[in-house]
Amino acid sequence: MYRIQKKQTLSDTVSLMEVNAPQVARKARAGQFVMVRTREEGERIPLTIADYDKDAHTITLVIQGVGKSTMEMCGLNAGDGFATVSGPLGQPTKIENFGTVLCMAGGVGIAPLYPIARELKAAGNRIITIIGVRTKGMLFWEARMQSVSDVMIITTDDGSYGRKGIVTEPLKELLEERGDIAHVWAIGPAIMMKFIAETTRPFNIPTIVSLNTIMIDGTGMCGSCRVLTDEGPRFVCVDGPEFDAHKVDWNNMMQRLQFYRAEEQAALEHWRHKCQMGAAAAGVKE
Amino acid sequence: MPKKIIIPKKTQMLGQAPAERIHNFNEVTWGYTEEQAMSEAGRCMECARPGCIEGCPVNINIPGFIKLVAEGDFRAAVNLVKETNALPAITGRVCPQEGQCEGLCTLGKKHEPVGIGNLERFVADWEALQGNLHVPVIAPATGKKVAVAGSGPAGLTVAAELARSGHNITVFEALHEAGGVLAYGIPEFRLPKAIVRREVEYVCSLGVRLVRDFVVGNTATVDELLEEFDAVFLGTGAGLPWFLGIAGENLAGVYSANEYLTRSNLMKAYRFPEYDTPIAHGRSVITIGGGNVAMDAARTALRLGAQESIIVYRRTRDEMPARLEEIRHAEEEGVVFELLTTPVAFHDADGRVTGAECIRNKLGVPDASGRSRPVPVSNSNFSIAADIVVIAVGQSPSPLIHRTTPDIDIGRAGAVAVDEKTMKSSKKGVFAGGDIATGGATVILAMGQAKIASRAIAEYLKTGEW
Repeated sequence: MYRIQKKQTLSDTVSLMEVNAPQVARKARAGQFVMVRTREEGERIPLTIADYDKDAHTITLVIQGVGKSTMEMCGLNAGDGFATVSGPLGQPTKIENFGTVLCMAGGVGIAPLYPIARELKAAGNRIITIIGVRTKGMLFWEARMQSVSDVMIITTDDGSYGRKGIVTEPLKELLEERGDIAHVWAIGPAIMMKFIAETTRPFNIPTIVSLNTIMIDGTGMCGSCRVLTDEGPRFVCVDGPEFDAHKVDWNNMMQRLQFYRAEEQAALEHWRHKCQMGAAAAGVKE
Repeated sequence: MPKKIIIPKKTQMLGQAPAERIHNFNEVTWGYTEEQAMSEAGRCMECARPGCIEGCPVNINIPGFIKLVAEGDFRAAVNLVKETNALPAITGRVCPQEGQCEGLCTLGKKHEPVGIGNLERFVADWEALQGNLHVPVIAPATGKKVAVAGSGPAGLTVAAELARSGHNITVFEALHEAGGVLAYGIPEFRLPKAIVRREVEYVCSLGVRLVRDFVVGNTATVDELLEEFDAVFLGTGAGLPWFLGIAGENLAGVYSANEYLTRSNLMKAYRFPEYDTPIAHGRSVITIGGGNVAMDAARTALRLGAQESIIVYRRTRDEMPARLEEIRHAEEEGVVFELLTTPVAFHDADGRVTGAECIRNKLGVPDASGRSRPVPVSNSNFSIAADIVVIAVGQSPSPLIHRTTPDIDIGRAGAVAVDEKTMKSSKKGVFAGGDIATGGATVILAMGQAKIASRAIAEYLKTGEW
């Protein structure tokens, strides 16, 4: 069991967990991910490593409860544990001094973006950060991101904080106004990354995205995570998770992501029903 | 001495009827009873020059253990088998015996060969029924440490062999369950996972330490392992599934066999939603390929409720690399075989696969594998409707080890280059065996190579000479 040392609620749906996983913490680098499973019957979920501490033997995972497995993970507390934490997997981010780098995150993507921005900053880059969330309550790590950013822009869909709108609007303005942006990093929902790719394409600015496709083993064995790129099919788990956003077939990737939507819904209902039954049974006992 | 009465036919194992078994994942055959086993063992000719041992990649003393079965001394029989094979319950079930021991059985020249595989399975299952596994004598500790990457057939064999010689063995497994292809690849109905767990427990009972969730290459590189261990054995298998390189192969609903089978076997998706991992339940499922993996996928599809499970294979039944028993079981269960057929594209609606466009072949001159090459027949295109496609055309070693071990030589098809007499790689202290060295073969060949490697590793640990 991989024990949860610390849990922190970051927003309504997002939890942070510091997990004891010495073998992962020892090797982890920005951009890599782990495969996580809650318990024997659980599925294996890829989660990008949000931070790591070799000396404390821990890695930090930031999890958004969107489906059954991630909601169940968010329900765990300090002292509980995961059945599986395997990694670090995938290629680490290639950190260089590019000059000025635009770091963009959508929603829970803030967490995996943070160590990349930190490393890029340490390598001497000027960091402009754009974070987009639906509403203010979903924003977290604002101060932490600020600490590694030279400029920071926050957008909310509903205008409850920062600028009202979506991240591609300030992105486009910056690209039009400034000629110095050498590289863009973007982590967030597939649809957001797709539109960021479309926005930077006419400006011909290298744009790196971190893809979160469906995986099972995470070691190149199943091929479930494969994406089509201009260079042919690639496995996100071993060739990625970072890719050139301009070369990804986004529609194909999103179609593959949605393949199990009906099953995911069924799993969620099954789980909620079980939880209610469990709660009812506990109530009877009391 | 009276002349032995020859019984021409092999004693058949009883099992579930096809119509019944396609609705469950329970094992198809039930194995011999004690009486059946003794009677089948009695068919052995005890010939002067037994070919069967030669045909066995791990050289089990086959006539020896069969004689003990015939005499009813099952304990001695299983101990004798385990002298050379740590995993008899597994190999008894999954070995292609027709091309190995049974293929060289003297009785088989005129009649059906002795059911060697069935008997091997019997003695292993008999031992399990007794409850207590016999742990052999373990040599005094040598103080030497060996890291084994991968807990599949090759890794488990090396671990068992070297642990018995007193070496300190740690097996590193990338997944959460030990067994490698035995756990993720071969279905429950052909190799129950309880049996895999039992054999893994046996290997651990020899003092082997098993570390799960540890991806050699990533969690620690081979060089890092060499800092802590005196030798490293790479048995990480053939983890990279092949695709066909045709249009539509990345559509939603197109699986690699590795993915389809891993979902069902390792993750128990057939018990969804009790288990969380989903798997698509197709009405019509096409499996591309003619090996054991293709048969496993096509038969899994039936058990997941497919109305139609179709194997598309480019040659004829005779060229199929699958075990005969698997082909026969698939046929009995109603799997449809579209032979001399090659898919050329997959079609879709809104990104989900709806079928395969295929062409027919005729057989041409033999290719490098010695099998007749399929030659496309022009204008023979036709379509097969399907909501799931499974690609089972082979796999090769995953690049994880190569990418993180720059100074190891790579040979054909991404396999680690080895000296076949010792299974030594080009890197000092590093041995390799099984699919990572062959590129993709059988459980028993992996075990045979593991035996060779074990001897060479023991020698290396003793002398330090490379």
